[in-house]
Amino acid sequence: MPTIVVEVMPKAELLDPQGKAVAGALARQGRSQILGVRVGKRFEIEVAGPADDAILAEVAVLADELLANLVIEDVISVHFAGADGFGIDATADFASGNVTTDTSFDEASTPEAQAEIREGLS
Amino acid sequence: MAVRVGIVTFPGSLDDRDAARAVRLVGGTPVPLWHGTHDLDGVDAIILPGGFSYGDYLRAGAIASLSPIMSEVISAASTGMPVLGICNGFQMLAEAHLLPGGLIRNDHGTFVCRDQRLRVENTTTAWTSAYAGAVSSVAGATEITIPLKNGEGGFIASADTIARLEGEGHVVFRYLDVNPNGSMNDIAGITNARGNVVGLMPHPEHAVEPGFGPDTTDAMRSGTDGLPLFASALTALLPA
Repeated sequence: MPTIVVEVMPKAELLDPQGKAVAGALARQGRSQILGVRVGKRFEIEVAGPADDAILAEVAVLADELLANLVIEDVISVHFAGADGFGIDATADFASGNVTTDTSFDEASTPEAQAEIREGLS
Repeated sequence: MAVRVGIVTFPGSLDDRDAARAVRLVGGTPVPLWHGTHDLDGVDAIILPGGFSYGDYLRAGAIASLSPIMSEVISAASTGMPVLGICNGFQMLAEAHLLPGGLIRNDHGTFVCRDQRLRVENTTTAWTSAYAGAVSSVAGATEITIPLKNGEGGFIASADTIARLEGEGHVVFRYLDVNPNGSMNDIAGITNARGNVVGLMPHPEHAVEPGFGPDTTDAMRSGTDGLPLFASALTALLPA
């Protein structure tokens, strides 16, 4: 059974009091390098039938109508679980090929950062 | 015959019985309605009470706005039946698109509970006509004090919507002294174009009986500034 992920965030121009509270707590932990936090929602929706564009479009409509209130929130993303490598069904989605093969977003941007990641992994 | 006012109870409603009592105190007949039915029981007006329906899951009022009875409330509202949403009920009206804008978490991040001064900006709605020249009229504006208690009472809307609400006089209640939750333009309550649907965050049903209302200069807990709101609907519905 495919799973579709819907991500919703409070509108960028609106104050996000929840994120502000989290940012305040982090600052109190001495994490002064963290400048801001915004808190959104991730829905993981199991659907029957094939993982195709039709069901994705159907869920996208539901996301606009119910999962988000477009007056105060934006739908950031509607995609099949595993496509982002996170969450339930990631393994199954990788196995079935229901996932992008583009891994460029995993790569660190600078040689220093890449070295740091290698060090961390070893 | 007494006017029958339906009060819908949702899972997690809190102030349904207070609203029923307020209706009774102004001479109406409160009629309990249940969210899970399509039955409005022939009522003349509807109140969506305060509380935390469905634990505020998803968004405050969002799941309740999809209840079976809400489809009946929406069609009744479109025919002009007076509908009042208090607090969680206001959030439901916004989620059901009977009123514009939305309610978000208070800007200071905490729950607020206080006796709140308000200005009644529009006394021509089905729920505010009895405020015309009533209570403590100051320079033509009616000022009232009723309790406020919410965690997600910040009214927000697009700049266009705010301009339209202000321009067409659809702002019904405005916070005075302090803005308790970060609401845009200090908006505490609004109405639709027809004036039959009104939503507000503060709780008029908690200021209807001496001894249980906000403090006044006369005596402790003697404030009953919420009464005219319920009286308005009854007056509007009684045959002349």
